[in-house]
Order: sequence, then C-alpha cells, then structure tokens
Amino acid sequence: MIKYELIIVGGGSAGIAAAISASENGCRDILLLERDRELGGILQQCIHNGFGLHRFGEELSGPAYAERFISMLKETNVQIKTSTMVLHIGKDKTVSYVNAKEGYVTLQAEAVILAMGCRERTRGAIAIPGYRPSGVWSAGTAQKYLNMEGYLVGKRVFILGSGDIGLIMARRMTLEGAKVLGVAELMPYSNGLPRNIKQCLEDFDIPLYLSHTVIQIRGKERVEGITIAKVDDTLKPVKGTETDFEVDTLLLSVGLIPENSLSEEAGVELMPKTKGPLVDESLQTNISGIFACGNVLHVHDLVDFVSLEGEKAGKSAARYIRGELMTNACIKTRAGNGIGYVIPAGICVENIEDKQELMFRVTKNARDVKVALYLNDVLIKAIPKKRVAPSEMEKIILKKEELSAGEADLTVCLIED
Amino acid sequence: MELKTELNCIVCPMSCLISVELDDTSGEMISISGNTCKRGENYALNELINPMRQLTSTVAIQNAAYSRLPVILSSEIPKGKIFDVMECIKEVTITAPVSIGDIIISDVCGLGVDVIASRSMGSESIE
Repeated sequence: MIKYELIIVGGGSAGIAAAISASENGCRDILLLERDRELGGILQQCIHNGFGLHRFGEELSGPAYAERFISMLKETNVQIKTSTMVLHIGKDKTVSYVNAKEGYVTLQAEAVILAMGCRERTRGAIAIPGYRPSGVWSAGTAQKYLNMEGYLVGKRVFILGSGDIGLIMARRMTLEGAKVLGVAELMPYSNGLPRNIKQCLEDFDIPLYLSHTVIQIRGKERVEGITIAKVDDTLKPVKGTETDFEVDTLLLSVGLIPENSLSEEAGVELMPKTKGPLVDESLQTNISGIFACGNVLHVHDLVDFVSLEGEKAGKSAARYIRGELMTNACIKTRAGNGIGYVIPAGICVENIEDKQELMFRVTKNARDVKVALYLNDVLIKAIPKKRVAPSEMEKIILKKEELSAGEADLTVCLIED
Repeated sequence: MELKTELNCIVCPMSCLISVELDDTSGEMISISGNTCKRGENYALNELINPMRQLTSTVAIQNAAYSRLPVILSSEIPKGKIFDVMECIKEVTITAPVSIGDIIISDVCGLGVDVIASRSMGSESIE
C-alpha cells in the first residue's frame, strides 16, 4: 500500500489552507483529495464580494479568494487529485478513493485532515407538507446553477430562511430578472449579516417576514404557489395569519450541517450541538492522527476563519507526524449559560505553543453583556461585549499561563447585567 | 427645514442605529448621533447623500469548463445604476482563457468603472 505522511480530504478553503500550512511546517509528502473537478469548494459559486476582509484587507469575490490560496498551494510540494471521491476513511488512517483514471485505490496515511465542509439542510429536514413538484431548491444549488452553469431556476421566487445564502440569492435572482416576492424567517430575527439585509433585500424592496414559515407548497408537477403563516412563541403556525403567494420556485436557506459521514465511518466522535467532530486544542479528534477543520468541524460565518482553522490543523498534523503532540486533554471545556457550544472540547496545556483560541456561539441576541470564563468555578476572565448574536462566531484567546496543567473544567458563560 | 433619518449601520457587527439630520435645502449635515465610530458617520452620510454599491455578476464564456465567468467592478457605482450595468453585462460573451483582473467591459455605462474578471479560467478543461 502506498504511504503518505498526510492525506487531506476536501480541497475547499479549509483543505487548501491545511495543505499549505502542513507543507510550510515540514510535512514532506502530502496528498490533497477533491471530488469536484477543481479546487476551491463552495467559494467558486459565491461570486459576491466580501471575502478576505480579515485576511487580505480587501473584499474579494469567492472565486478570487480561492484563486489566491490555490496559487499559494501550487508553490508547495502538495500533490493534488481532483475529480477524486473519498469513499472510506479507516480508524487505522487508511483512505480509499475512486477516480476515473485509477479506479479504486486505498492509501495509508500517518495523519488525516478532515476538510469535507458542510451541506445544506433540505425540505426533508424541515418537513413542509404537500406534493413534491419541481421548483423547490436549496439556495446553494440554485446558486451553483446560476453562477457557474448559467441557469436561472425560476421567475417568481419565494425564499424560506434568512441566512446569508438566502439573502444573497434574493439579490442575485432579482439582478438576473426574477421577481423575488419575499423571504420568510421562522425566528423573530434574521441570522444573516445586517449588511446583507440592507443590500440584498432593502435595496430591492424585497419584504422580510420575520416569525413566519412556509406551511404549504401548491402544485403537482411544478410549484404553483406557497402559503406562509405567522408563528407563535413555540414556532407553531397561527391559524388565520396565512398569506398566499403565486410563485414557481421556493428556495430553502434553512441551515447547514457538517458533512461527517466519512468521519463517522472512521469512528470519529461528534458533538451533538455542532454535528462536527469533538476536537482538542490541536483540532485532533478522538482518533489520534485524525484532525478536522473548517465547516466539517463547525459551520463558520466567514471564510477567513475557515482558512485560519485549516492552517492550524495543517500545523498540528505536522507536529503530530514529528511526534510532538500529546493526547491527554486534561481540561474539559463546557458551554455554560447562554452559550451554544465551545470548541475545542478538550485542552492539553502542554500542546499549546503560546496561546489558545476558544471558539463559541451564544444562544441569543444580547447587548452589553460579559463573556465569563471559569476554571473550576474560579472566574479567570470576563470580557465585555457590546453586542452578541447567535449568527456570529465569537473567539476568546487565552495565554498558555492562564490555564492550569492539571485536570480542570473550563466553562464559558454569558452574563447579562 | 431639516430632514431626520434613522438607519442601521452596516460597517461592523455592532449595527448601530444612527440618526442623521440633514438640511433639506443645502443637504448639509446638521447633526448625527447613535454611531460609535467615525466610519459609521461616513457610512451614514454616504448612504443618505450618494449610496454606492459593488456589483458582482457573471458573463457568458465560451471554450471553458463552465459556461459563466464571474465578474466584479473595479470600484463601486451609484446604487441607481445597478440595473443599467446589469444590462451591459448581459450583452457580453467572451472566450477563454481569461486571467483574474482582465478587463471585460471598460468604462461600463460611462461610469468610469471597469467590469473585470473575478477569477481566471483556462480554455476547455480545468487542470
């Protein structure tokens, strides 16, 4: 069996960054596997601008951001296989893939980085009743058709879900001549960026129906219309609040789920809240030598942070291959009051070089709060925040000396005044 | 006469609610409040006086692995010109190869702004 030091599964923003970083940190033979015909992942269909503000101080389009990283990757010794689908990852770090040239191949890696990204939730996940006519699309699929293949999937459109992909597609389809009649959001607030609410909806007079959902899809062969209704505090539709829209298309922008079927086959343990792997401070999973980064770990809002996480995973894998990583994560992190999840789940202080990042999301919108960190019930840090929102990933950076080396619980809490 | 407008700032996640009073004859700012930084002030004034937008779209491309090439503007244009520029973009078909930054339409609609390729695309197949 052919052996590699490092195999990276997925050539999107996380996998590319991981490959570059592993190479810079001394890995000699690295193989990057990508199922699509080119690298870049979802960035290639995200033609809007706003990528790279943190990283490059510029607002690039998705393809332009991808191109910068792909150019950097091409300067390295990383081997790349595109149109290559990984079918299995073993606990023993064997990786099996298939492609048209080589057929079915199994390789042995010393370390594996999971960078498979995420996928969209579908109509099935939210159980809208009715027939199954054509014209119901996930927003990202419609985006790929429009921006890469040149097909507009509908002329009169309604969008369920006000996440950024839904908002971006409302503008994009309007620009291409479709009529977008509205966007419905189940929650009383949008999870999209304020900038997208303004520039994708308000600029084009597209109404946003907060606390509303789609309760019916009409049409047998093709969508003929939909009905929305207001929802109550328990998110149940309220009788008598129904409004009908005559549309030929319904786009769904109802959330993303990390794509972990390969990870699960390898025995990687997942975190119920994120549906991504449980990882330690080095982004190593419960299986030693298997790392995870990017949207397969947890769904990010900004690609800049995906790249950073990929770089961290690449560096960690290089350290692991050199035998520098310990696996005794003594500190367990916990999501306390007002916090949805915390990554990493465990911390081995010895592995920290100088500082450690904690990533988390709050569970509600709030202003003038503090994010408090308790190490075994002792407050070690309280950071004031003017505004927090579930739609925005938060980070705290801890210095190595702020953490104790022994067994401990590290709890992140949201404190409201 | 003064004209008071409230708008949500989009410069950063703080999303400040900014109130601006403009003199409706001279267009001069009389007062501004609610913003917590200078960038917010600039945003609010530009947004009220002359809102500018970036625009991204695609043009048809032949001889490439995909049928559309993503494009972006070299700088922002007045919000009211978006659909005019879209009309020009729709007319264009180019042939691969193309490099990122190549000018696809120069001085689009006489706005002094170029439509440029936002990625490279090789001819026929993608390596």
